[in-house]
Amino acid sequence: MKTFGGPVLFLDRSDINTDEIIPAKYLTEITKEDLKPYILEDLKLPGFDPSSPKTKNARVIVSRANFGCGSSREHAPWVFEVNGITAVIAESFARIFRQNMFNCGMAAIELPKADLDLIFSHAEDTDASMSIDIAAGTLTMSGGGNQKSFSFEITPFDKALVLAGGWVDYADQNY
Amino acid sequence: MGKTTAEKIFEAHLVDEPFPGTKVLRLDAVLCHEITTPIAIDDLIRRDKDRVFDPARIKAVIDHVTPSKDTKTATQAKILRDWARRHAIRDFFDIGANGVCHALFPEQGFIRPGYTVIMGDSHTCTHGAFGAFAAGIGTTDLEVGILKGVCAFRQPRTIKFNVNGTLPKGVYAKDVILHIIGKIGVNGATDRVMEFHGSTIDAMSMESRMTLCNMAIEAGGTSGICMPDMTTVEYLWPFISTEFASREAALADYSQWCADPDAEYDQTIEIDVTTLQPVVTFGYKPDQSKFVSEMPDSPLDQVYLGSCTNGRLEDLRIAAGILKGRKLAPNVRGILSPATPKIQQQAMREGLIDIFMEAGFCVTNPTCGACLGMSNGVLAEGEVCASTTNRNFMGRMGKGGMVHLMSPATAAASAIEGKIADPRKYL
Repeated sequence: MKTFGGPVLFLDRSDINTDEIIPAKYLTEITKEDLKPYILEDLKLPGFDPSSPKTKNARVIVSRANFGCGSSREHAPWVFEVNGITAVIAESFARIFRQNMFNCGMAAIELPKADLDLIFSHAEDTDASMSIDIAAGTLTMSGGGNQKSFSFEITPFDKALVLAGGWVDYADQNY
Repeated sequence: MGKTTAEKIFEAHLVDEPFPGTKVLRLDAVLCHEITTPIAIDDLIRRDKDRVFDPARIKAVIDHVTPSKDTKTATQAKILRDWARRHAIRDFFDIGANGVCHALFPEQGFIRPGYTVIMGDSHTCTHGAFGAFAAGIGTTDLEVGILKGVCAFRQPRTIKFNVNGTLPKGVYAKDVILHIIGKIGVNGATDRVMEFHGSTIDAMSMESRMTLCNMAIEAGGTSGICMPDMTTVEYLWPFISTEFASREAALADYSQWCADPDAEYDQTIEIDVTTLQPVVTFGYKPDQSKFVSEMPDSPLDQVYLGSCTNGRLEDLRIAAGILKGRKLAPNVRGILSPATPKIQQQAMREGLIDIFMEAGFCVTNPTCGACLGMSNGVLAEGEVCASTTNRNFMGRMGKGGMVHLMSPATAAASAIEGKIADPRKYL
């Protein structure tokens, strides 16, 4: 099973699409590793720098509603994975992106807006960090000398995929 | 209690329910293209599982970048081509026979009412026009589909759209779907099936229904679905005439997939098209749209006609009808990419290609290329394109470029005027 948690990258915008996460011109790459330099290259977010240490060191992304909309490209979860990001926390996800995350054994976790607002209050903390316990369904946000815990729900199936390490192994064992 | 179309299809294809609410379905068609499939093939080889569940139910095409533009895209094409040969996948479409997947596969008669269809492409929802459950998925789901012929979905919830009225002159399926997306928003149908009913849909051709269902994903929808009827049967008849004694018999069989009158819906939305006008997007999300009449003097650099949304014969006929005897405005360049070779050939026979070329359009081979900024019509920074495609995300057709989505008629009128223009004055 993958590990979840670490420094947080805050992307305070709704409707971030998979073209922004990994532009189509890089879909000609044959290996996941080759996608690595292009993470969030076309993200439209004032002040965001895809090559900053903050982006490079991130292990968790926190964002708003309808994250991962648009193209079905699994290159979006892959570019996160090869950069060490294994969890995205958002108010809601587009279906295909969400399933692609779980199918890769990664986590796409939905939280209510009020909880996300509290998490976003740490956006300026240089030590903003999150720990995530998939089995228990809890996550803890810390930074600026204080911390707060939240509970979340993912479907039993999605949890099983995370624990199995992804859908290919799960399906090959069962069908 | 009655059932929706998706509920009926789920029930008929259920293999397993590993957890409450998660349904593993048997697949009737697994569609593949050269962008999202090679990594699945690669992974299957790496896992020592280079097998396919059923070569007859797998269809493959090279369509996104074709002919290949460089070594990388040539490699992607080669991986798909070699794999199709290795596994005796007969329905593989290479250069000369290849076209945009969501136009080509229906044209080949591969999609039938009641089918379950997946593809590593978000616009797979197009095929719901035939009364099928068709969903875009990622490469891992595709990989499992190829290997096992199954895919997992959440129990579907359905939004019913009652679309009624006669479409006014100059208003088409594209305007209807842009209007619907504008109404419910880019995530208005997330985790939902969009079921289309009503007199407007009943009167639509299969091409128009495909345009409608194609953009369900732009509202977050899992699949668009239209009810199979005699229009569906007529379209499929060349492929099914040996299966059924008569068209009526085919219709009787396919009607089992129509939603029951007492089916339960998540939501029912009424759409009256009688006052609808041509719709154009103005921003960087497909739900940001206005009537063309509200967007005067919007300048353009390029006009693009094509894609899985609007590159079919009906679309070319409508656009050519407006362009006939007219020229592109001097400030714009025009590109036409008919969606399949069959469409291209028929358009040639009907003289449509002549009309486009005499107007000053460049006519390319069938490909997805420009729609996602990969080839054959990429925009420069700051350029604006009037496009019959499906996504207006910033940079979608080229970094720093802007896209206005519209119908083929509006695109043709805009080509003539060099700015966003109302097609109704040319009809």
